Amino acid sequence: MTLTTTSAPKRAPFMEGIRDGTPIALGYLVVAFTLGIAARNAGLTAFEGFLASFFNNASAGEYAAFTIIAADAPYLELAIMTLVANARYLLMSCVVSQKFAPDTNILHRVLVGFDITDEIFGITIARKGPLNPYYNYGAMSLALPGWSVGTALGVMAGNLLPEAAVSALSVALFGMFIWVIIPPARDNRIIGALVAISFIASFACAHLPVISDLSGGTRTIILTVAIAAIGAILHPIKDHA
Amino acid sequence: MNHDIYIYLLVMSAVTLAIRILPVTLIRRPIKNRFLRSFLFYVPYVTLAVMTFPAIMDATRSPYAGLLALIVGIGLAWKGLSLFKVAAACCMVVFGVELLIL
Repeated sequence: MTLTTTSAPKRAPFMEGIRDGTPIALGYLVVAFTLGIAARNAGLTAFEGFLASFFNNASAGEYAAFTIIAADAPYLELAIMTLVANARYLLMSCVVSQKFAPDTNILHRVLVGFDITDEIFGITIARKGPLNPYYNYGAMSLALPGWSVGTALGVMAGNLLPEAAVSALSVALFGMFIWVIIPPARDNRIIGALVAISFIASFACAHLPVISDLSGGTRTIILTVAIAAIGAILHPIKDHA
Repeated sequence: MNHDIYIYLLVMSAVTLAIRILPVTLIRRPIKNRFLRSFLFYVPYVTLAVMTFPAIMDATRSPYAGLLALIVGIGLAWKGLSLFKVAAACCMVVFGVELLIL
């Protein structure tokens, strides 16, 4: 099977992808390092952390998965948690499907889909015209190693760092979550309200009797489905939103 | 540990890859169902918010350091700073606060 079904240029978009992927990869390296600390706490080796990050490329999804693995929970719970934590990629993948030129080879679609992250989705959508897969390959060629090698380094070096540094670095991942949710929460009052409700409900459920006995992953699934469904019922998004 | 780590990795990777690759390869037309589109639109923000708080207070040695990192992170992300700066600022807040109170 050949990759060249389109007459679109390859080299220039690839280099542009490398340019736009550089800051993303640097950020990934640091954040993935702290994800590696979480992986290490869940009992993963550096190689296992590398594999998890290479094939998942997901901060929240992997973090949630590691908490489930740490709890030695059933495989089904891991599958459901991964599905819920990464559900946004389902939507992003749907959006990206609309950006492709209709004649695009399925292999290009698979490879681009492989690395739809929050950041790569952002730079992909920001480009005008039909999606050129070579732009994504350029960005992925740095972002993918940045994320997976960073995780492996975190597993290896997490225990070499002083406690104060591990404690400080462990919030980098939360910093990334905050960075993803806050600007949309600022610009869209429904998202803002849902984020505030999520904070309050999550805090309450961590302390309420009975509910607080459930695992963190299970609480996350229940709260996510409930709050997002309520939001979708009360405030369905407008068409073309 | 009763479960095989490689089966864990296989399960999470298979689910993630299916989520990412199936829509982009199978869907050639826009999703019409309004509830589903709205639900998928809200899910990322809700799930990240639920996972961030109060968990950030358990991640640090002092819960106050985590709480302050959350507040500072929200403030900087609100101002539109980059991913790297927001994440780095959260780390520095925790380091500074724990240096002072521990």
